[in-house]
Amino acid sequence: MHMADALLAPAVAATMYVASGTATGVSAFQLRKDENTQKLPTMAVTAALVFAGQMINYTVPGTGSSGHLCGGMMLSALLGPQAGFLSMVVILTIQCLFFADGGLMALGANCWNMAFYGCFVGYFLIWRPIMHSNMFSKMEAKAATGLKIMIASIVGCVVTLQLGAFSVVLETSVSGITDLPFGAFVALMQPIHLAIGLVEGLITSAVLIFVYEARPELLQEIDVNKIGINARSSLKTTIIIIACVAAVVGGGLSLLASSNPDGLEWALFGNEEEGYSANMALDEDNFGIASSVAYSAAGVQEKTSFLPDYAFSNSDSAVGTTVSGIVGSAMVASVALFICFAGRFFRVKKQQ
Amino acid sequence: MASIETAAREFREMDDLASMKSPMHDLHPLSKLITVIAYIVITVSFDRYALSGIVIMVLFPIITFQVAGINVSTCFHKLSFVLPLVCAVGLFNPIFDRRPMLEIGALTVSYGWVSMLTLMLKGIFCLMASFIFVATTGIDSICAALRKIHAPRMAVTLLMLTYRYVAVMIDEVGIMNNAYKLRSNNQSGIHVSAWGSFLGQLLLRSMDKAGEIYDSMQLRGFNGNFGFAGERRAKAGDVLFVLMSICLFMACRCVNIAEILGRIL
Repeated sequence: MHMADALLAPAVAATMYVASGTATGVSAFQLRKDENTQKLPTMAVTAALVFAGQMINYTVPGTGSSGHLCGGMMLSALLGPQAGFLSMVVILTIQCLFFADGGLMALGANCWNMAFYGCFVGYFLIWRPIMHSNMFSKMEAKAATGLKIMIASIVGCVVTLQLGAFSVVLETSVSGITDLPFGAFVALMQPIHLAIGLVEGLITSAVLIFVYEARPELLQEIDVNKIGINARSSLKTTIIIIACVAAVVGGGLSLLASSNPDGLEWALFGNEEEGYSANMALDEDNFGIASSVAYSAAGVQEKTSFLPDYAFSNSDSAVGTTVSGIVGSAMVASVALFICFAGRFFRVKKQQ
Repeated sequence: MASIETAAREFREMDDLASMKSPMHDLHPLSKLITVIAYIVITVSFDRYALSGIVIMVLFPIITFQVAGINVSTCFHKLSFVLPLVCAVGLFNPIFDRRPMLEIGALTVSYGWVSMLTLMLKGIFCLMASFIFVATTGIDSICAALRKIHAPRMAVTLLMLTYRYVAVMIDEVGIMNNAYKLRSNNQSGIHVSAWGSFLGQLLLRSMDKAGEIYDSMQLRGFNGNFGFAGERRAKAGDVLFVLMSICLFMACRCVNIAEILGRIL
């Protein structure tokens, strides 16, 4: 998500510099006021560790792909929002200067998109409320806190990454760099970062739970006195929680899904009902090469798709959309699991 | 991000480049910073269809690379970080903007293609300018320049400390990663069962070490501020370099030199 200089107009870049510069100044002032100079080496070492840790590939089970650590959430959970933000700014500056990852002029925008949301929004609106909430109050204290860390990490990474991705779209569009319409650009960026956020959230939560179990006093907003000894969250509970989070994300976000068509559909058919141009002006119901095979295939698809356009047939209700989201997630998960098992089966066969 | 081995090598390379001797290296860091920022702002401000106008801007990085004695190709592998997002955004321009701009024989070049190429050139030129600034300046001088423009002291000190630790951490993580790979039978990446413990172990050790570092810094009289060795005052030559460069950039921005040359020829 690192933006290059070429993607920003000078006025937008300057605005983002002012915004990020102000946040940096306020954070530095706050830390100096609290006489937190002893935090400096800890901040530097943790920032360096996150920098190096972001280069490690974490294998995502069953997909063959890999994910990376989410820096902002982890740093703010370990150091607090101001120190975390300053550390992220420094990481982004080193990436920009020494690795050409993001431009010098775009540094202000990158700090805003990747550090501000992760550290301030993630900390004050997600991490702190969740850690102080009475969620899982009936459970044993240590296990409950572990679960809260997991939820806060996943929700924090997803939400802050979505905000960051939306800011990239907004900044690029305002700069007048691309001909890609705003809606299509959003439709392109947000879903990709939803998946990335989920994986990054899981990795971040794994590291934070490890720290919590070994040295809980290192994490912010955790009352060490409340924590019992020898209590670990079980794998079964963890899996149930992940399944619940996936269902909430899948179901909840489907409600927010735009009724506008996605980028490719938009490019092909347009959406004149919503006031967009016709673009390639193809007829959504009659395009492509007419053939008997295509006609038969369409007939089969019509009969087998029980959730056409992600809702129950003949239903426009929000409930239909939500259920479709959950069912769709479950179907994708089943297919993914099937592919994994099939792949494993054939690998074992091949080895034999 | 780069792989661990590549990152470690690039860190050492940048330090080696910054320790070279040349007229570019001798310039005051602040004058280089101002010039590079002015270059980037002016380059980015070119119109999205000003392909012929922007081409002339390649001369600044090319000349400075030669004066600094650095091969231009050293920065090309860094394009892999810059170009993906630029390409992803720029590639839609030829699809959405199909108005014909010029015709060369049977080939019609659309406005979309021209804006895409201009965008890519902007990305490449800005990368080259940033690279030459860092490669001829070094972290200590960059931090000194940031303090001169009143960047928060804490942020600058943190940048300096983090830069030093990053090299150590990259080596440490690289060793751990290699050890893990050698024991994991060709598995790519860290298995889910070690997601927490792999980095968590290092994090705990590092945070303990940070406490010891702070104690030793205090024993040496650290008061939250670093002095910068070798800090020097700006000379007339530094000011002249900035003024001349900015004037030339402005001239290139206002006059389409490539077009004039084309007409003459």
